[in-house]
Order: sequence, then C-alpha cells, then structure tokens
Amino acid sequence: MDLLEPFTRMLASACPPAVVRAVEAGEPWEPLWDEIAESGFLDALVAEERGGAGLPLAEVEPLFEALGAHAVPLPVGETMIARALLSRAGMAVPDGPVALASSAVQAPPCLSVARHVLIDDGERLQLTDPASMASGTPVPRRAEHGLRPLAAVLRAAQIAGAAGRLLETTVAYANERVQFGKPIGRQQALQQNLAVMAEDAVAARIAARLGCAGELDLSVEAAASAKSVASAAAARVATTAHAVHGAIGISAECDLQLLTRRLHEWRLADGSEGYWNARLGLLRLGTREGSVDWVRGAIFQAG
Amino acid sequence: MFDTLTLASLPPEDEALRPRIREFLQGRLESLPLDRRARSWQGFDAGFSRALGEAGFLGLTLPRAYGGQERGPFARFVVVEELLAAGAPVAAHWIADRQSAPLILHYGTEAQRRQYIPAICRGEALFCIGMSEPGSGSDLASVRTRAERTASGWRLNGQKIWTTNAAHSHYMIALVRTSGAAGDRQAGLSQLIVDLSLPGVTVRPIVDLTGDAHFAEVFFDNVDLGEDALVGQEGEGWKQVTAELAFERSGPERIYSSVVLLDAWIAHLQAAGRTDAAPLVGQFMAELAALRAMSIACTARLARGESPVVEASLVKDQGTGFEQALPLAIGDDLAAHPDDPVSPELYRTLLYVTHIAPSFSLRGGTREILRGIIARGMGLR
Repeated sequence: MDLLEPFTRMLASACPPAVVRAVEAGEPWEPLWDEIAESGFLDALVAEERGGAGLPLAEVEPLFEALGAHAVPLPVGETMIARALLSRAGMAVPDGPVALASSAVQAPPCLSVARHVLIDDGERLQLTDPASMASGTPVPRRAEHGLRPLAAVLRAAQIAGAAGRLLETTVAYANERVQFGKPIGRQQALQQNLAVMAEDAVAARIAARLGCAGELDLSVEAAASAKSVASAAAARVATTAHAVHGAIGISAECDLQLLTRRLHEWRLADGSEGYWNARLGLLRLGTREGSVDWVRGAIFQAG
Repeated sequence: MFDTLTLASLPPEDEALRPRIREFLQGRLESLPLDRRARSWQGFDAGFSRALGEAGFLGLTLPRAYGGQERGPFARFVVVEELLAAGAPVAAHWIADRQSAPLILHYGTEAQRRQYIPAICRGEALFCIGMSEPGSGSDLASVRTRAERTASGWRLNGQKIWTTNAAHSHYMIALVRTSGAAGDRQAGLSQLIVDLSLPGVTVRPIVDLTGDAHFAEVFFDNVDLGEDALVGQEGEGWKQVTAELAFERSGPERIYSSVVLLDAWIAHLQAAGRTDAAPLVGQFMAELAALRAMSIACTARLARGESPVVEASLVKDQGTGFEQALPLAIGDDLAAHPDDPVSPELYRTLLYVTHIAPSFSLRGGTREILRGIIARGMGLR
C-alpha cells in the first residue's frame, strides 16, 4: 500500500475538481498528463526487465480505484494496461495517453483525450490513432476476446473508487444538511438507504479486487463477475447519492456530478451488467458442477 | 469506509479439509429429497451431527483442551460451505457449534468450559438461544424474563418465544434481566445457561407456515438454577450478546440458504436445454462470488480475533437479500415457461424456499435493525 499513498497525494494535487472541469471543457489536458506521466506510475504493470515496476494487477487495482475516486478525465489506467501489454508483446510503447478499444462499434471512454487507441482481436495487438477510429476505421469484430475483460476490471475498479468517494461525501452531507430541525442523516429512511449504498460500495470494491486477483490474462469469469457486480452497484449508488443531496446535486457547480456521470459511463463501458451476466451465465450452464464449486473454481481460481 | 473488509483467501491447510468433508458426506445425503436438503441449517438430524462430531468436523474453532480441533474460523468456513452447498441437515449442532461454545469459551468459567464444550464438540450437547420474548423482538433490550438471586443461585421466571430448535435442545443460553427494570434497557441484563430438562421449564413447539416446527415458545415458572448458570459477568449480557451476534451474522450460512434450489434450477435449465435464462444465472453467479469474498473477508477478521459487528451486519443484509431474491426470480423464470414440465421435487423445493425466505432476514437481527447498525457504524445518527 506504500504505492497508493503517493499516488493518491499526486492525484489530489494534480487533479482537483477544477482541473477535471477544465479538461472536460476542452482546455489543454497535456499539463495534467505530464504530471501523471512524470510520477512514474504509468509503467507499474510493465515487467521489471522491460523497465517497469513489475507489479501484479492486484497491487495496481487500488490505483485504478484512486483514479475513479478523483474522476481523472484521462485514460491513465488504460495507458498502464496498454503499456504492459505492448511491452510484453515486444512492441514499441508510444508516449501519451492510450484508450482501450474493446468494441468494434462503440467509442471507448476518453477517446477524445487519447493519442492512441489499442486494439486487440484476441490474436494480435494493434495501435491506431483516435481520429481514424472516431471517423470509423473498423476495430476487428473479435474485440470481445481481447481487451474486453481487462478493460472491464479497470472499469469495475474505477466504479469502486468513485462509489467509495460518493459514500463518504454523501454521508458527510447527510450529517450537515438540516431539515425538520435536525440533520437529515438522523432520519431512519435515509439511514436505511445509506446503509444499502454502503453495501453496494463494499460489494463493488471486493468484486473489483476479486476480478484483479489474477494475472493480465484474466479469466472471462473473473472479469464478468467483477463488472457485473460493480455495474449494477454503480447505478444504485449514483441514484442514492443524488437522492440524498437533493436539488443541489443536480447543479453543474456541485462536484457530485463529476462522479455520478462517470459511474454511469463506466457502468456502460466495456459491457454493462447485462452483457457480462449473459456471458457468465452461458459459461455456468455449460458445466455440471454445483454453483459453489463452480464459483470457487472459475472466479476464485479455487482459492 | 469499511476498508478492513477486503479480499482474503482461505489458507491451504484449511482448504485441505474440503476433500475430507466431501468424503464424509459421500453416501449420507443421496436419499434425502431436494426439498429436505433445501432446509439447509434448519434440517434437524441429531445422528448426523454426532457423526460429524465423531469425525472431527465440529468445534473447529475451539481449543483441543476442550475437545475442539483448534483450527480457527477459516476451517469452519470451509466445512460449513461444503455442508450448506450439499444441503446437509446441520440444525442439531448448529447454534452450539457456531455461537454457544465460543461464548462459553470466551466468557465462561473453567468449570463451564469443561462441562459443555467437549459435549458440543461431540455433537451431543444441543443448544438454543433465548432472545425474543412476546414483547421483545427487535427491541431486545426490553426483555422481561427475570432471574432473581437465591441462596443457591438463581430463580428464573418469564417466557421466550420464536426460539429456534428449543424443542430439540438440551440447553438454552437465555438473555434475562438480573437487576433493574425493563426501562433500564441494556443495563442489568445477563446471560444464563438453562438446562431445559429442569422442573418449571415448558417448551411448546410452534408450527411454521411450511408445516415444520423449527421454533418454539419456552416458559419458565420458578426454575431454580445453580450459581454456575451465569455466563460471564452479571449485568454484561448486552455486551456479550453483541459480540456473539458477530459470529452469527457473518458466516457462509448467510449466503447459502437458497443454494440447493439454485443448483436444482440450473440442472432443470440444463436438462431442458434452455440458455435463455443465462443472464439471470450469470447475475446470481456474480453476486454469489462477491458475497463469498465478503464473507471470507469477515471470517478473516474473526480469525484475527476481532469482532466485526458492523461488517457482519453488512454481509448478512446483502447475503439474505440474495437468498431471498433467488426463489422469487426462479419462480418467475419457471412460470414464464408454463408449457415446460417442472419436476414435482423442484416445484416443492421452490415452494418451500419461497415460503420460508422471509425468515432469512428476520433470524439473527432484522434487515432494518442491521441497516441501522451499518448507519451508526458510518457515523450517522
């Protein structure tokens, strides 16, 4: 965890809400990118013999969560994954932010602030430029065999980070906001909803970590369960956060929307819960084991 | 928040118990129909529990000095997971092994430990927990059953109700008032071990909506107990009960109550060649995986000697929600195909789990109480 502390400190200073808003408004993103790149974290997943930190996915997952919690508007996690895959394949690793294309037809998150797009049809990696993808250069149709599981666990971790942050801010707001002569957090109706929000945030986090427990060549089952649980939680967490904040949470000025809009984006990116449930269910239906055995073997890798 | 509830894995030495418990189960359950196995930890078979004890599968968390296996919460997790997945009838020893023995070990005297724990580990001493009363359900601190000091110990008067397995149990650990009045709330409560064969004790089974009689009401009419009936400190009953509930709320028993039905439904889908239900199957698998990881995370905290009261509430609320969603969704799926045959055994299992499922979020603390505990844990109120 000695990685997480400096990473979080760097994000808190480099990427406050004002910077997120500026990048979203089309102002130059390069200064933020340079600061993140100079911190040295982009090669966290790259093998040591290739000049990286050689960390396993499980140790980098908390960094993905931090990216989610800070609503970082650049493809930092994506670039970490891309650099690891490219260097492992012996390919040249370009400078600048890389988006991950896991669909032949849908634009990935952060496409507009990416210098490159990584494509993987399950057999080979390929880099393309964002403009040609935006203008319709086709990504191979077999994209679901390639990057989709990895992109899915990244989204799951981002959702977990954002959900955790929203839980903290929403609980704090409920303790401050006074109606009927007392903080609204004293109302049992709100307490019950916030307890469910906490359950969702914890479930998303533990599902994301379970999904990242393996190596870069993830099992589809591990990715599916992580993204399914996190995506389903994302929608509910965003809903409760807004319900507690009331009208002010709808305003552009309130930071709440920086996270809730992203929860919805990440929920839908790289396969929603419906997509992963269907894939996971078909895999389950193809085996004769009991459910507990199957979950242990396929998702926990018998741990 | 809840940062301590994070991914943990089962140690290999405890995982090694899995093939052993499977071997034990081999041949013992095949004759039980699905709707009996679906009774999960409410299925009573004293002979089965004694056999488990004899084979060394009880008292896994308890010291060898008292007849236990001295393995810890992870070992119990592995064995319990296998028992529940198979639908083994474990009710007889369940409460004694999970709660009563750890409570007696932690708070009891040396004499109490020697008297009760070895018998629990053999599956011979069966316990129930006396908490609810006619006027005290979720508001447990309002209990009125009272024990007065006598020259030789305690005299007990009052009534418990909804006590699971009271009709089959040898002992009850009862939460009773030993001083003050109901208005004193948590103060003045103590835990007493009541031998249910004593004069003045009347146990009356209550039939539930499935036709079983898994719970009962218990009357105490001038029941004389010895000095040694008191567990722990007089007046500390509330604190002891709270710690005890962390054991009750966090285990795999809070995610697997409907798993026999789940497997039977999946077998039905496979036999019918139906893949249209894959999204629902996948959703259940994903949720099961997350719940299992959370339950192991809670177990890890128990293994470190902590008492994860809030985290256990969080896992139990989610786990029972999952257990309750299963029969409703499976019922809808089966009835969405009204022209496909469903075996009577699967249908009976579905009905049993559907009807008993509301109890999943009542036993061991209601959903609303647990959410209140979580809210307080986050600093609300």
